[in-house]
Amino acid sequence: MISAIAGLFGRLNGTALPHEPVTQGGAVLMVLSLLAVAAILTYFKRWKWLWKEWLTSVDPKKIGVMYIVIALLMLARGAADAVMMRIQQATSVGAHHGIISSDTFQQVFSAHGTIMIFFVGMGLMFGLINLVVPLQIGARDVAFPTLNAISFWLFASGMVLVNLSLVVGEFSAAGWLAYPPLSELKFSPGVGVDYWIWSLEVAGIGSLLSAINFITTIIKMRAPGMNLMKMPMFVWSVLGSLSLVAFAFPILTVTLTLLFLDRALGMHFFTAIGGGNPMMYVNLIWAWGHPEVYILVLPAFGVFSEIVPAYSRKALFGYTSMVWAIWAIVLLSFLVWLHHFFTMGAGANVNAFFGIMTMLIAVPTGVKIFNWLFTMYRGRVHFASPMIWFLGFVFLFTMGGVAGVLMAVPAIDFQVHNSLFLVAHFHTMIVTGVVFGFFAGITYWFPKFVGFKLHEGLGKLAAKLWIVGFVLAFGPLYILGLMGATRRLDHYDPSTGWQPLFIIAGIGVAIIVAGAAVQILQLVVSIIQRNENLDNTGDIWNARSLEWSTASPPPHYNFAHVPVVQSRDAWWVQKRGKKPQSQPYHSIKAPNNTASGVLAGAFSFVIGFGAIWHIWWLFGAGFLATILTVIIRSSSEDNEHTISAKEIAAIEGQRSYA
Amino acid sequence: MNEGTASSLRLTPKQQRREADDKTVFGFWLYLMTDCVLFGSLFATFVVLRNNTFGGPGGETLFSLNFVLAETLILLTSSFTCGLGILAARRGQKNLVLWLFGITFLLGLAFIGLELHEFNHLYNDGDSWRRSGFLSAFFTLVGTHGLHISTGLLWMGTMMVRVKKAGLSRLNVRQLTMLSLFWHFLDIVWIFIFTVVYLFGVVL
Repeated sequence: MISAIAGLFGRLNGTALPHEPVTQGGAVLMVLSLLAVAAILTYFKRWKWLWKEWLTSVDPKKIGVMYIVIALLMLARGAADAVMMRIQQATSVGAHHGIISSDTFQQVFSAHGTIMIFFVGMGLMFGLINLVVPLQIGARDVAFPTLNAISFWLFASGMVLVNLSLVVGEFSAAGWLAYPPLSELKFSPGVGVDYWIWSLEVAGIGSLLSAINFITTIIKMRAPGMNLMKMPMFVWSVLGSLSLVAFAFPILTVTLTLLFLDRALGMHFFTAIGGGNPMMYVNLIWAWGHPEVYILVLPAFGVFSEIVPAYSRKALFGYTSMVWAIWAIVLLSFLVWLHHFFTMGAGANVNAFFGIMTMLIAVPTGVKIFNWLFTMYRGRVHFASPMIWFLGFVFLFTMGGVAGVLMAVPAIDFQVHNSLFLVAHFHTMIVTGVVFGFFAGITYWFPKFVGFKLHEGLGKLAAKLWIVGFVLAFGPLYILGLMGATRRLDHYDPSTGWQPLFIIAGIGVAIIVAGAAVQILQLVVSIIQRNENLDNTGDIWNARSLEWSTASPPPHYNFAHVPVVQSRDAWWVQKRGKKPQSQPYHSIKAPNNTASGVLAGAFSFVIGFGAIWHIWWLFGAGFLATILTVIIRSSSEDNEHTISAKEIAAIEGQRSYA
Repeated sequence: MNEGTASSLRLTPKQQRREADDKTVFGFWLYLMTDCVLFGSLFATFVVLRNNTFGGPGGETLFSLNFVLAETLILLTSSFTCGLGILAARRGQKNLVLWLFGITFLLGLAFIGLELHEFNHLYNDGDSWRRSGFLSAFFTLVGTHGLHISTGLLWMGTMMVRVKKAGLSRLNVRQLTMLSLFWHFLDIVWIFIFTVVYLFGVVL
């Protein structure tokens, strides 16, 4: 009887709770903060508000904010992992063994990479896409509003799975890409790798659906007159990035599924025996993984392409070459994946091909760098805080790029493969490219969506702390890598002489954390002083694209009149032209809120949890519930409500124009 | 912008519906392209592993081309009847639509039955997905196609109930159009499975 009941729970039993003090502390902290949030919501009676205004919302402006909130929380978690790794590596020398065991250390670096790429990078990216793209193309909504909510909730569900592993069970200790045979059942028998597989599977499908949605939106829903070559550069870069998502994420879905089939059904795709081929996994995961880098960085490039012209009061230099650079990067990013494993032994000719392709990708990237610099040249540059992020980016990213071209030479790569030189290189690309880009974007668009701007002084201070901290944290890693320090090292001998450099790197991370603290302070101060920084005009930066032509924050239909576009930088031209005659308002159709997204998140969570713990009835029930919901929901027309002309007139009447 | 262009920017209800159809079908095409990449990845793994039999049987001993030819012809015929069904839906011939999709459904069911028969046969002979990398790749590729066909059957079943109840409404015709795109797509994937898995498996 007891064993039958225990059988209902698959592999799940009492031993699943955390054992080690550090993980216990993390788990307790997480559970307590969730309880605190729940208590606050109950005390202020905000549950219904949360459900109606946010959780069931299909407004991309709200979904975008939810993406960014999750991404910033995950950034805190990923940063905590980074701090632990820095403390470990600075102290675990000789007789000292640091603060965590090697097994926990492995989970920590696996979780750090996974969380930072999938839940911070992708979250910030989809957040900004949701917020900005519909407004920039003069649309009132996305192509499939309900699907958009579902995508978000799949992302959220993946995020919950990754964090649940801290409390129930364990996380993968096989690195952020879980190479087999280490990640196979034989060498990783626990649930850690399964948590990794399913959180990425669920979040990845969300990203794929989001890509389909936004590609359709950009292709089909642009304002009249906005042909492709009149689109803002951010929209172009999003189109490039999401085309990559559409082509790369199915490969990820397949790869994760095959690894799971190996682990759960005893198949032999990537096993070391039985006719499996572990190197096939490495090829597949990088056929997704390399494009993923560009998926993240292209929209960040797009952000800079908006910011630099706006703060230089000048049109973007080389618009056409910018577009071609994006598409050259999109194409080339599928032809370089092998440079992640030159040491596989594919032979000199194969390595030479991929080495040359990798060097080629520096050309379109260089085109973009020079276009931004030429945009600034002879412009009236305003060094607002987004420009500080940009300057940090342009300097550090170029340095990191040069290190990348260096490693594109297979012979050099053999020397630095899996060393800290590589770790320093890709952090330079991701942190200064993606993170700085999205921070700049958040600062730039914050007043548009919240109605007041962020505190400038603290913003500049935060950017400077991040830049200085970054140089101190990752500069030493380049040197350590050349000295022979490998990545994922939890202990080393004092005779190596590495400790001073690791301590400097630790100080660098402390400065970055100080920068992040200043950002939190900036948010608090900005909220307190909001009345001094209100954006009444809707165009607080005197910017160029259509999102600045509507109120801040925009009404939920975005535009009372669909804008008509005559040129690039549509708003810049429009506000310098004749004032348009006032026109009568017409009613607008808008989609109703729906619980479909929340349901999709809940069901995918149940499916994932069932698969991780081998609770197969739960897994089946999750699928059945999904199928039934889809059948019921798809038989009804999209539910819409109408906003009457009178309501629109009332909302627009409140807006004060400068 | 004057009054004239402003009013011409407003879409009539009919135009709005056409635009929505346009968007939905475009989005569905995009989905099919991503599914194409998914199958492409599975084909790639199959081609890499097809000789990794680990001492077990290979395609030449396991596959019967006559059996697979029967499966192929059934699926091709179902695609034909599905195409006729869409033509009937466009003309608003409700009963004909039900008949044609009914035949398509039965053919699809027969295909799945044959596939399960083949899988069952292999499994019982000890040639399951655990036997070798080749068989893992075979079961996964062909099984994923079978899973898609099953999803299509489920979709077709609910569509027939809805057409019977609500007739050929605009929503139903749009979904039938997407269903037929899906069905033809799976047919094309099957042609590649027939060639790469079965024909090459026996001949090469």
